[in-house]
Amino acid sequence: MKIYGYKREDGRFGIRNHVIVLPTSVCSSETAVRISNLVDGTVALPHQHGCCQVGADYEQTVRTLIGLGKNPNVAAVLVVALGCEGIQPGVVVNGIKASGKPVESVVIQECGGTLKAIGKGAEVLRKMVQQASLAKREEFDIGDLMLGIECGGSDATSGIAGNPVVGFVSDMLIEAGGTAMLSETTELIGAEHILARRAVSEEVANKLLEIVDRTEQRSISMGVDIRGSQPTPGNIEGGISTIEEKSLGCIYKAGTAPINGILEYGEEPHSRGFFVMDTPGQDIESITGMLAGGCQIIIFTTGRGTPTGSPIAPVIKVTGNSSTYNKMIDNIDINAGKIIDGGVSLQECAKEIFDEMVEVCNGKLTKAELLKHNEFAIFRVGYTF
Amino acid sequence: MTKKALIANDRDNVATALADIKGGEMVYAHRGDQEIGILVKNPIIFGHKFALTGIKRGEEVIKYGEPIGIATEDIEQGDHVHVHNIASQRGRGDLKR
Repeated sequence: MKIYGYKREDGRFGIRNHVIVLPTSVCSSETAVRISNLVDGTVALPHQHGCCQVGADYEQTVRTLIGLGKNPNVAAVLVVALGCEGIQPGVVVNGIKASGKPVESVVIQECGGTLKAIGKGAEVLRKMVQQASLAKREEFDIGDLMLGIECGGSDATSGIAGNPVVGFVSDMLIEAGGTAMLSETTELIGAEHILARRAVSEEVANKLLEIVDRTEQRSISMGVDIRGSQPTPGNIEGGISTIEEKSLGCIYKAGTAPINGILEYGEEPHSRGFFVMDTPGQDIESITGMLAGGCQIIIFTTGRGTPTGSPIAPVIKVTGNSSTYNKMIDNIDINAGKIIDGGVSLQECAKEIFDEMVEVCNGKLTKAELLKHNEFAIFRVGYTF
Repeated sequence: MTKKALIANDRDNVATALADIKGGEMVYAHRGDQEIGILVKNPIIFGHKFALTGIKRGEEVIKYGEPIGIATEDIEQGDHVHVHNIASQRGRGDLKR
């Protein structure tokens, strides 16, 4: 199947044409936002990280920033740095440059302060956006699409309708030669043995069990009951009693395809097909990881309803709960509650979502995009020093 | 799916309400090809669970054909099954203290 997108220098296709302003650290985030505010067609990705981080935590933030810059939905990147922070601008700039796309940087301390940095940044951005605006959509095969599957604000309908139907959509994309990924390791606890059976090798199965154990051990080593946060109060009100029940409902969104590999947070898959990425259950951090891994689009199932979007990718919201759809109509794109209410089969609803996904790839804006929902957060695995 | 309750897997000992159920109501659901009727004791709101059989304290609660936790008290057929009478067995750092 053919869809239309923007061909990037590295051969990948974007379904959006964003020019992003990427701060390397918390210290340059405010300035990045101000630069972006001056130039239409740009979006800033402010965050709290990038300084006084060490080891795996530092590496993960670097990998995420570079991965976001390389994401095919991004046409060009302006990196904004303070100058003295832990994540040096050159590291991020060179990492993104490997993709061949335009990348430039502005360093506040070198410019001589906020105002000069803003002036210089806006000048660079103006040119970048004008250049990016010349890009035209061209035909590409849907096999080049990478889908990130997310769920958030789950309730009992998630495991009955929302997740099973999106699992079907994922299978359809894999069948068409594409790539999809499941994330949210916390929400595999209690269901990992079922997923592990789908791994293409014993090594992949063991890695899957290892990331789930690693996540569970985090709560155990802290001496806390994971029920303090999982399931959430909203999950519980929606009928989900335990993390095991939540997980068993969650994994339906992974469909039935074989699992080709397990990815670290923000890591790019080495091939097409289905993957599992190690991210937390928190939606925003999870989505960021999948986008840094190269996903161009996110399908997000929700029982309770949530507004979440992303600065660089369309997020299609699906609920399995008709009452939520009606109540949260501002935010939900598709009602899969019809499957429970009767009259519509899972296959029919999956076809509807797949068709919507194709339209969104071709340029149709999602509700999250229309309302400028640019939620963004990066997952940390260490302390700030 | 027009029934008032769903049994996700034939092995399950709980069903999920697909509509609000009044206390004392007979509710029918499919287990495989067979239709079974359960007298639901408590009011169950949409999405919540009730017991299909008696579940003794310490026994597994099964949904989707898999254990979702352990009964923390004796549960009778038709009882509401939720956080007040079942407990997760995973991510329990509090038990290691």
